[in-house]
Amino acid sequence: MAEVNQNPASLAQRRPLSPHLQIYRPMLTMMMSITHRITGAALYVGTLLLAWYLIAAAGDAKSFAAAQSFFGSWFGRIILFGYTLALFIHLLGGVRHAIWDSGRGFDAKSREFLAQATLIGGVALTVVVWIFAYIAR
Amino acid sequence: MANESSSLRTPMGRVRHLGSAKSGTHHAWMMRVTSMALIPLTILFVCILISLVGADPVSARATLGSTGVAVVMLLFILAGVYHMQLGMQTIIEDYIHGHNAKTWAILLNLAFSAVIGLACVYAVLKLSFV
Repeated sequence: MAEVNQNPASLAQRRPLSPHLQIYRPMLTMMMSITHRITGAALYVGTLLLAWYLIAAAGDAKSFAAAQSFFGSWFGRIILFGYTLALFIHLLGGVRHAIWDSGRGFDAKSREFLAQATLIGGVALTVVVWIFAYIAR
Repeated sequence: MANESSSLRTPMGRVRHLGSAKSGTHHAWMMRVTSMALIPLTILFVCILISLVGADPVSARATLGSTGVAVVMLLFILAGVYHMQLGMQTIIEDYIHGHNAKTWAILLNLAFSAVIGLACVYAVLKLSFV
């Protein structure tokens, strides 16, 4: 190919560049893509909470009381609220990926809608669950 | 070799006998399978947790040990741990490029997932049978 015979200077000018995250203007679709990975990683760490709770429940009365009082404290509730939020945003993000896997929702309008639905739906489901939790209490 | 010019394998890959293991899509496929399973399981898991809010220790243990709840919890734990192991491996492969560091991170991820999974399963089974 003729392209190969370019001189080095012009090749360096013309070489393909791969701009990374900080180059792009933040957009909702991109932020929700990153959020999917961050919430996934957060839920990974969050399994420690589930393991602690279940092991404490299977253990003696003292260990279960300690776990229950932690999750009932204001700090524990903030952690659990964050866990719930991460869970629902990641869940809806997964549904979004399933829709894409089916070959639908790739146009600009659908992408924007799915990103908004993931965020708003995730927050809404979290609030609904916590309202139910307080009623159940 | 007769088809050297048409082969997509690199000379180094050929020397190391690196070839298709016929399992290239397994990771991506199991990610989807577990994610589908986790949609209903997560909803049921959250419902179980809501029912445990404010419960006294005795009734909380009885709920966790009842058959239906325990089966849902076990399915959620198994699908969830498999799913998170796959997801974290993707994150590791994306961001850790050194061969040794990457291999160790993948092994630690497997170990963490196995320990969390087995600990949760053991606890649920103990609550079911004690």
